[in-house]
Amino acid sequence: MRQMINMLKTAGKSILKNRTRSLLTSLGIIIGISSVIVLVAIGEGSRVQIEGEINSLGTNLLMVRPGGRRSGGVSLGAGSMNSLTFDDVEKIKSKSSLIKLASPVVTSNEQIVGGSGNWNTRIYGVSPEYFEIRDWEIEQGSFFTDKDLKGKKKVALLGKTVADELFPDQDPTGQKIRIRNIPFKVVGTLKGKGQSGMGQDQDDMILAPATTVLYRLKGGRNIDMINLSSITMDDTYKAEEEVASILRDSHRLSAGQEDDFDIRNQAEILDTMNEVTGVITTLLGSIAGVSLLVGGIGIMNIMLVSVTERTREIGIRLSVGARKSDIMIQFLVEAIVLSLVGGLIGVLLALAITGILNAYSSINAVIQMKIILISFLFSGAVGVFFGYYPARKASSLNPIDALRYE
Amino acid sequence: MDNVIETRKMTKTYQMGDVKVEALRGVDLTISRGEYVAIMGSSGSGKSTLLNLLGCLDSPTSGEYFLEGKNVSDMDMRGYADARNEKIGFVFQMFNLLPRTSSIENVELPLLYDRSGRIKDHRKAAAEALERVGLADRAHHFPHQLSGGQQQRVAIARALVNRPAIILADEPTGNLDTKTSIEVMALFKELSEEGKTIVIVTHEPDIAAHTKRLVEVRDGLINGDYEIVGGKIRGEQASAARGGIARSLLPADAS
Repeated sequence: MRQMINMLKTAGKSILKNRTRSLLTSLGIIIGISSVIVLVAIGEGSRVQIEGEINSLGTNLLMVRPGGRRSGGVSLGAGSMNSLTFDDVEKIKSKSSLIKLASPVVTSNEQIVGGSGNWNTRIYGVSPEYFEIRDWEIEQGSFFTDKDLKGKKKVALLGKTVADELFPDQDPTGQKIRIRNIPFKVVGTLKGKGQSGMGQDQDDMILAPATTVLYRLKGGRNIDMINLSSITMDDTYKAEEEVASILRDSHRLSAGQEDDFDIRNQAEILDTMNEVTGVITTLLGSIAGVSLLVGGIGIMNIMLVSVTERTREIGIRLSVGARKSDIMIQFLVEAIVLSLVGGLIGVLLALAITGILNAYSSINAVIQMKIILISFLFSGAVGVFFGYYPARKASSLNPIDALRYE
Repeated sequence: MDNVIETRKMTKTYQMGDVKVEALRGVDLTISRGEYVAIMGSSGSGKSTLLNLLGCLDSPTSGEYFLEGKNVSDMDMRGYADARNEKIGFVFQMFNLLPRTSSIENVELPLLYDRSGRIKDHRKAAAEALERVGLADRAHHFPHQLSGGQQQRVAIARALVNRPAIILADEPTGNLDTKTSIEVMALFKELSEEGKTIVIVTHEPDIAAHTKRLVEVRDGLINGDYEIVGGKIRGEQASAARGGIARSLLPADAS
């Protein structure tokens, strides 16, 4: 015990006696550790951010789209089939036990005229349940109702972008807009959601009753999508199966036939995004890991120089009775202390950098305790690994030669 | 008899490439407790090799070496290190103090590696050793703030701190001027009078004259072993010393 304390004291003294050299030696580790922590924190931060954005699309969300059509062996891709109808939405609503909300979605790109000019945007024909499924909130005015839906009323809700474009300095509520020369009454505007995880402006759109959009603008009897919300997040996969069986029933598909629709749920999208951000985090982490490795080599380099420079000191220590193991431990402890102190400074630096990033930039960095612990332990391991060779070299010196060394 | 050092037919052969160099060719040397001995020899005589072997810095090729009755030639590297720590105090020509380290910390250094636990309070022992060499007031000075003579006295304090069986000094005045040399030799004389066993390796007859016994090394062998009285070789032994390096220490009437 006393020996160990003495060794730590000796190492500490030697580090303090050569402050500049010690700092330069640790610099590699400081930079390595802080870059590992900061880069992994940025990766983790973007994961958390994307997860939040996907959740902002509406929780427990399930999306049903028509399946891909095959024409003589050629697949025409998802959505190419016209298989979904209002009837399907009603069937899901009445038969499913795990689905809380259901809304048809009919989309159409239209030129909107009104207010101060015109604007091209996408119009979504939906039912009032859609607002809850996708977590939309009213900024001004009110949502349209089931009555509007049944009556194919010409009413519309403007997304924030559309409202800002057409009515820059007035309240659009109660105003008229024209779509394909059909006048629509604006009943309200929606609160902004900003960009989606994929960089799409979620506010550049108009909501109107699904029946109005399908029968007055688009024509035909098929809808583009059904949005559903399951009762709980855990039920999404079960709900997906239930909805699939209801739709197969509704479409009269026999046992051997493929689904003519495609259901995706939020959890799947989340998994995919997590995979992507996981790859990014690993990539950032490994780049930083390389810099940590270089830092370790730096320690070895300086320790080797220091062994040569301190040959006479080693000789003196040997002559007064230090064993080879004493010299070995002294140099090893020095390397470990240097890298641990470097690691500690690196952790503090990383905390400061992420603090600054979070406060003054749009980058979101999330530090995990786990990463701090791992990188701190790793810096100790770097010390042992890269300190071993110089320490061995120091301890293998012959006392007579070492004393004579100039 | 209380022999601190006893060697029997001790040899040391170095392999220098293809050539074998016989530095020591069978040395029989006995030094008793309390003796004050000078080992003299010209360069290449083997006196440095002898000092390295006596100081357990190196192991003999053949022969035996008993340090305080213990056969050192049987020991491994670890045993050598412990022997250096517990039984030997070195004083070097170049002082060999740790730079940027205070006097008292330099003196404490051997205690750092003491595994016997003989000395409990390191700081106190170091302070006493510094006191003994008259440098108590320089305890917290760094080597570069001290004169050469003071540095050598710190080194002597370091050699004393472990209460060794023997103090081995290698040209201790080689880097000092005449005045400080005399001061350092006076310190050795005091230590000898207190009963310390001291061996000084030197090539200067003036330094050897301060001791009580002169061992002359030549071509890897002990060439002569004389008693010194009043700075000169004792009369009866004078005739034997006529040929060697010890010549300059012959008493006036015999030369």
